[in-house]
Amino acid sequence: MSEPTDFLLAVEALTVSFDGFKAVDDLSFYVDPGEIRVIIGPNGAGKTTALDLICGKTRATSGSIRFRGKELTDMKEHEIVHAGVGRKFQNPTIYEDLSVFENLEVSFPRGRSVFGALVFKRDAEVRERVAEIAEMIFLTDHLEDRAEYLSHGQKQWLEIGMLLIQDPELLMLDEPVAGMSGSERIKTAELLHKIIEGRSVIVIEHDMKFVEDIAHKVTVLHQGRVISEGSMAHVQADPKVVEVYLGH
Amino acid sequence: MTSMLNPLKKTELVGFLVVAAVILLILPAITDAFRLNMVGKYLTYAFVAVGLVLCWGSAGILSLGQGIFFGLGGYCMAMFLKLESSTPEATSIQSTPGIPDFMDWNQITELPWFWEPFHSLTFTMLAVILVPAILAFVIGFAMFTRRVGGVYFAIITQAIAAILTILIIGQQGYTGGVNGITDLRSLLGWDIRTDSAKTILYFVNAVLLLAVIALSLLVRHSKLGRILVALRDKEDRVRFSGYDVAAFKIFVFCFAAAISGIGGAMFTLQVGFMSPTFVGIVPSIEMVIFCAVGGRYSLIGAVYGTLLVNWGKTTFSESFPELWLFAMGALFIAVVMAFPNGLAGIWNSHVQPLVKRLSKRTGERQAAPAETPAAIAE
Ligand SMILES: Nc1ncnc2c1ncn2[C@@H]1O[C@H](COP(=O)(O)OP(=O)(O)OP(=O)(O)O)[C@@H](O)[C@H]1O
Ligand SMILES: [Mg+2]
Repeated sequence: MSEPTDFLLAVEALTVSFDGFKAVDDLSFYVDPGEIRVIIGPNGAGKTTALDLICGKTRATSGSIRFRGKELTDMKEHEIVHAGVGRKFQNPTIYEDLSVFENLEVSFPRGRSVFGALVFKRDAEVRERVAEIAEMIFLTDHLEDRAEYLSHGQKQWLEIGMLLIQDPELLMLDEPVAGMSGSERIKTAELLHKIIEGRSVIVIEHDMKFVEDIAHKVTVLHQGRVISEGSMAHVQADPKVVEVYLGH
Repeated sequence: MTSMLNPLKKTELVGFLVVAAVILLILPAITDAFRLNMVGKYLTYAFVAVGLVLCWGSAGILSLGQGIFFGLGGYCMAMFLKLESSTPEATSIQSTPGIPDFMDWNQITELPWFWEPFHSLTFTMLAVILVPAILAFVIGFAMFTRRVGGVYFAIITQAIAAILTILIIGQQGYTGGVNGITDLRSLLGWDIRTDSAKTILYFVNAVLLLAVIALSLLVRHSKLGRILVALRDKEDRVRFSGYDVAAFKIFVFCFAAAISGIGGAMFTLQVGFMSPTFVGIVPSIEMVIFCAVGGRYSLIGAVYGTLLVNWGKTTFSESFPELWLFAMGALFIAVVMAFPNGLAGIWNSHVQPLVKRLSKRTGERQAAPAETPAAIAE
């Protein structure tokens, strides 16, 4: 079970059942270091649930999730984060009552214990890192703004920034461009290409143009199972995929 | 709402100095010894309200059982004072001299083991803080690691307050029952019933309260304070940013409990007794109202809210005692519906802009906003 592996993430036979309904059913897939993997599939296919399982929000009924060879299924949520897994939620989830600066600062991976947070100092390192991330996510001019007042697209970027500042090895993004304008999508694709350096990304997305633009490999889910996997061209040509998803 | 972001640290400092002046200078100057003692009693509730600002205002954890911690602190102090007044000489007419009178009335012939350590003032002072904090830890650990929150948490704290009251009343021989622990006279030989002692205790209480507020301001301006606001808003985001959310909630709940305990102990010292009426459901809810009226996001507001509501209570219940509870309920609803940020909110959204406009007109422009954003404050 625990022999070393080249995969960054190995999901094997993962199953979760909600009162008998298997939202994710015997799911297996593998993510390489430095890979952008896109998961697509119709509504209710189990895409979000799969991410929930990886980050510990939902507990698996059976199966295994290994991250750099370490089993995640019995770890606590914050321990999974410490191991190097970051996750963006489907709806922008940011702290509306705090400023953009503070949103990023709270996400800075130092002072994570109660005592550590009490004595945490906003030093040059923190400021520089926040400034650096803010520039990446196009929010340099909004650092002092209350996050509540950002546009939908900016909130999505902010949440991505809050993950980037933690420098996770695996970044999981649930529909990062949903509700974004055309120009925002282009900028987001640009952002994803920039952040891929030294990490892997799993993206759930419905926007096929966007998927084509960023994906190294695509996994298609349907009713909790993988029905196709491979390059974008490969899955697009797969009749099963056309039937349940792309044909619509 | 904009006023909740980037408050000038300066305004907070000014607010602190003003409240310090009010309770250290103005109130003592305009009230007689009797009234000052009453104000001192009110200010002991402000400890609880300040704790609620952190717990409920910052972190969104509404406890309807803060009377538990106020009461425990108060009882710890009362036990020490009672033992001091129960010397064998003073109690020579009892069948067992040397134990508190109510124990003797209840046919108890030996001091219970858990009373023994309260012969020591050092132990007592530690217990005033630690007993409430430890109970809060137990409750917090049981609830927050199981992700119990919101209304359920509020109801459970309420139930615990009820249970503790019943326990205290039922165990008359150990606790003094419904009358509480009364007839407390001296602290290390110093008579606490005289006017001068009460005045001194008023100032001790005031300084302790200011220290607690200053400490709370530090906590709120730390990263921990911002994490509390963050988890009030998006608990999952905090959890999936690598924080053990339960630990932070337990911390703030224990902190609030510990300072409530100090308030309770100061109450006992100034009023000369402690009874179950300050532990149960009604006082616990009243304390939440003090905090809501002051503004649940404002540490300073908590003090004014407490003073105002208690002043209202005293005035009102002198004339219409039976109506007070209804008035209190109405006040709470009115505040929550119309002024969710309480007095502090009214101040920030109505008075402060006016002051700013006036000072702008006189030419001296306000300093630019603080160079760094700070967590939400008043
Ligand atoms: N906690 C839960 N309890 C019961 N059913 C659940 C739970 N979470 C998800 N489901 C169900 O599991 C299925 C998969 O949901 P999921 O959110 O993973 O879909 P998705 O692929 O992300 O869809 P979308 O594209 O709409 O976001 C749905 O039918 C959903 O109703
Ligand atoms: Mg989804």
